[in-house]
Amino acid sequence: MAITLSGDQSIPTPPLSSRLTTTQIWGIALIAPYLLVFLAFVVYPVCYGLWLARAPSNYVALYNDPIFARAAVNTLIFLVIGINIKMLIALFLSGFFAQQRTWIKWLSVVFILPWAVPSIPTILSVRFMFNPEWGVVNHLIFNFTGDDGPNWLNDPTVALTMAIGVHIWKSLPFWTLILMTGRLAIAQDLFEAAEVDGASWWQKFRFITWPSMQTLYITCTLLSMIWTLGDFNSVYLLTGGGPADLTHVLSTLGIRYLRLDQLSLSMASIVCAMPFVLPLVYYMMKRLSR
Amino acid sequence: MKLPTLREVGTEARLLLIGIPIFLWTMIPIYHMFLFAISPKEDAFSGKLWPDHPTLHNFEIVFKQQHYFLRDFYVQFWNSLVIAAAVGVLTLVIATAAAFSISRLRVPGGRIVMNLALFTYFIPAAFLAVPMYRTMGNYGLLNNHWSLILAMVTIASPYAIWVLKQASDKLPVELDEAAVMDGATTLQIFRLVYLPLMMPSLVAIGTYAVLLAWNEYLYAFLLLSNDREITLPVALGNFLAADDSPWELLMTTGFIYALPPAAIYYAFRRYMVGGLTAGAVKS
Repeated sequence: MAITLSGDQSIPTPPLSSRLTTTQIWGIALIAPYLLVFLAFVVYPVCYGLWLARAPSNYVALYNDPIFARAAVNTLIFLVIGINIKMLIALFLSGFFAQQRTWIKWLSVVFILPWAVPSIPTILSVRFMFNPEWGVVNHLIFNFTGDDGPNWLNDPTVALTMAIGVHIWKSLPFWTLILMTGRLAIAQDLFEAAEVDGASWWQKFRFITWPSMQTLYITCTLLSMIWTLGDFNSVYLLTGGGPADLTHVLSTLGIRYLRLDQLSLSMASIVCAMPFVLPLVYYMMKRLSR
Repeated sequence: MKLPTLREVGTEARLLLIGIPIFLWTMIPIYHMFLFAISPKEDAFSGKLWPDHPTLHNFEIVFKQQHYFLRDFYVQFWNSLVIAAAVGVLTLVIATAAAFSISRLRVPGGRIVMNLALFTYFIPAAFLAVPMYRTMGNYGLLNNHWSLILAMVTIASPYAIWVLKQASDKLPVELDEAAVMDGATTLQIFRLVYLPLMMPSLVAIGTYAVLLAWNEYLYAFLLLSNDREITLPVALGNFLAADDSPWELLMTTGFIYALPPAAIYYAFRRYMVGGLTAGAVKS
């Protein structure tokens, strides 16, 4: 019983009609399928995975595996440098595509293609373009300079950069589109007023566009970082983790351990990412469930 | 008609200076794929920007399954199709029921379920792949289409529930109340009031789930391995196993594989942009 100072606030409990009960039964019956899927294919696998990764020796083994350290660094580079470059370009392009021109409208229809087509054929297409012997890039280099082009994907730095490039190619349209929605929501009279006051484009961006898009931009960046952690295709299909396992990221490393039949290491490498992932996920969940 | 001023020309030139690189950047990998698809084998490997003798011969080889790598092309195409359709239907059924239950019936604990679903949505799918693979093994579903269907439904549902719940929260409560006054049962409200009003979001979510399943590579190649069970993307990945892979055929198959999702995307673009991207990030 809650004791209130005003005293006489007794709230009558509503009578439990049979109507309410049927509604509740329906409610439970309709949510049950999802709960079953959730229990069978999320809760059980996660618990099973954690159980597999329970032995501390796994983490010692990971710590001693140079490929793991390299993959962790690669993942960080991918997230911190790759995503920020991508989001800055998206922010810039959202302004470009917000221009009212017929040809820009058409260009935006083409621009969305990388997002609309599956990534496997396009990533393999890029991979062939940079093939050292038969790829079109080295053919062109040979035609123009008479020299053989470099063995692109055999250099870990170049290969990782290209994997980031492929990732940007694929997901830039999506983020540009979202940031453009945010940009178009800004009231136009603000810009007109600024125009009258003789503001430069930088001042307009700094004092009108950025303040109203700040939250959206940061949310998008965080969300893109979480999702990019799971970007398996860009690295696996372009470099396969090579050369010499130097371009792995966490998501491809897990599959590599699985291939080598080191299941507990595979799970442990994912568990290692959790201290970074869970706070981000928790923050995003709070934001979106409001 | 007046001539454009110097300033206007300058602006237009600057826009073009951005627009042309964007166009090239976007189109080069796709054009390269198309180029391979219409090139005879000897042209494909000579680094030409347009083949001397463009041909549809590669498509003929693919459609007649005249290559070792392509002997199960139709079966694999069919697998992709069936799995994508099943994922679309199952996701719609499960997510619509859950969203109706949480948003309209206000089932006790609905908020917790919503949060759990959102949590799953944000955990990168690749991290769940390895435990999911083992789980499917324990359930005895490996190499069975159901394993991929159920895995993709698990991945697609959280976002589907979230978008559908957002959309159904916007429907006025008075609708349900009026229907109850008229003596409608819960099932009738669901069927006659709720579903018709939710149609645009349902189209968007159905499309989302179908495309997600059609495009999936990682889960497909972990869960399915027999040549006659795998989906097209896995078959494309298998081309890489050999050093002397017929690239022009791989690119042709890839081109055919990429067409349906691109067509669906452009056909439902209005729904996709309205229903998905606006809901994807709430600021």
